[in-house]
Amino acid sequence: MLLAVAVLVGAMIGPAGTISSANWDIIWNIRLPRVVLAGVVGSMLSLSGASYQGVFRNPLVDPYLLGAAAGAGLGATLVFAYGRTATSGWPVDPLPLAAFVGALAAVLVTYVVGASFGGSGLSLVLAGVAVAALGTAIQQYLLLRNSDVIKEVYSWISGRVSTATWDDVKLVMPYVLVSSAVLLVHRRQLDVLRVGDEEAMTLGSEVRRVRLVVVIAATLGTAAVVSVSGLIGFVGIMVPHLVRLVAGSSYRVVLPLSILVGASFLILADIPGRMIEHGGETPIGVVTALVGAPMFIFVLRSRRVPA
Amino acid sequence: MSSLGFECVNVLYGEREAVYALDEQVRPGEWLCLIGPNGAGKSSVLRAVAGLVKYRGNITVDGAPIEMRSPRRRAQMVAYVPQTPLMPDDMTGAEYVLLGRNPYVGYFGSETKHDRSLVADVLERLDLDEFGTRRLGTLSGGERQRLVIARAIAQEAPILLLDEPTSALDIGHQQQALELVDRLRREHGLTVVSAMHDLTLAGLYADRLSLLHQGHVVASGSANHVLRPDILSEFYGVSVSVHEQDDGTVVVVPKRGRS
Repeated sequence: MLLAVAVLVGAMIGPAGTISSANWDIIWNIRLPRVVLAGVVGSMLSLSGASYQGVFRNPLVDPYLLGAAAGAGLGATLVFAYGRTATSGWPVDPLPLAAFVGALAAVLVTYVVGASFGGSGLSLVLAGVAVAALGTAIQQYLLLRNSDVIKEVYSWISGRVSTATWDDVKLVMPYVLVSSAVLLVHRRQLDVLRVGDEEAMTLGSEVRRVRLVVVIAATLGTAAVVSVSGLIGFVGIMVPHLVRLVAGSSYRVVLPLSILVGASFLILADIPGRMIEHGGETPIGVVTALVGAPMFIFVLRSRRVPA
Repeated sequence: MSSLGFECVNVLYGEREAVYALDEQVRPGEWLCLIGPNGAGKSSVLRAVAGLVKYRGNITVDGAPIEMRSPRRRAQMVAYVPQTPLMPDDMTGAEYVLLGRNPYVGYFGSETKHDRSLVADVLERLDLDEFGTRRLGTLSGGERQRLVIARAIAQEAPILLLDEPTSALDIGHQQQALELVDRLRREHGLTVVSAMHDLTLAGLYADRLSLLHQGHVVASGSANHVLRPDILSEFYGVSVSVHEQDDGTVVVVPKRGRS
């Protein structure tokens, strides 16, 4: 229901004001794809975040943990800095492609490096930190050498759904659907993992396989939405926590609810961005953090957090 | 009822061997207690059976090597209670015990009515009904320990491994937990292997004791055979007096040093 209200409100509010005959056209072709994309991105980031938190048994983990953000950022920066002229004849926009490939490549490197340290949850997280630092460093070097594109790159990094079209939605939907389905069928396995790798093994779980499959699915979904929306922060950490506070921490409940709450949250978060400034939009990633962070702190303060 | 056999088992941690050439037969329904100083290899033996560490040699259940089994099948035969179980604070008692049914649920499946009613039954028989809806974080150490044992019972495995099941409990809860294990052992015909520090309790509950020292079994047998002052002094480096009471209970009491 929350989702339905959010979609309705999201479709009705916008900088265009009241336009008579073109109303339907605006709603269908400009506002609705934007609302739908925000919903898809919000649900995927929340679901991936909750899943990552499950396989790494760490509530501070977000969907960008294993380097997906840094990889996507580097890929996008390469396109902004060098790719625009080289790919001007391409039939498709190289930007989402580069972000997608960058995110997947970074997580792959993280996984290979982490596996060489034994493949435990902690070694993967540490490898992810190193890969992210490396990716960010290369990106910053590229930006210094190409300072003319800094504004574009930062606008992309801050996240946006304002330019969304139905094509964007079509582009990410297959990945999002497959990834979400795979993650949802693992919700019981994530509950078993809550007692730790060793005990889960003695209870008959194939812990490594579960972790690998969940990481692949969550990464694929994250990379897909990042490729069209840029880096929208905080959603993947905040939404699963809000869900846990209200509905308990069993992943059988947390995963499906994260999808609904994540979609609603991002659709609503997209609304103030259209209205704060005249003649320009505030990036949605800024809004999620500006609105989300104080709200998150407030909720945490008002209730004791189950770790 | 199932037997558990060790044939020339060596447990390895990287290059270091923690257990050497262990040969042991635990009869169906028997309670074997592993004793020995810290680092003697007691936990390593249990962890090898549970599939958590690599080993050479054979560990068999009813004569068949256990490493041939899938993790699920192994979990259907062996239930393991670790020394310090990881118990999420916000999980309810019933959710926690339900994890014991994991070996019987398919990868994509979910628990059946039978699984849930079996968990309710286990909670009732162990007098844990009231903790079914309570969160683990709100329970005392003794209550939590009984839930861990309940989870192992819900696993319906014929072999139960207990690593220091009483180390975190006061004397009343120690007795309660061990009485519970003993009762369940008789009701279900469980074969129990435990590692314990308290020698008097070990002798009181186990059918047989095996004393490990630096990875070797150095003494094995009944309590009055193994718990002798000369043996304990040699391998623990302690000075103790041992009293055998009228009912056959062997009591080990440390002596004060003569400094």
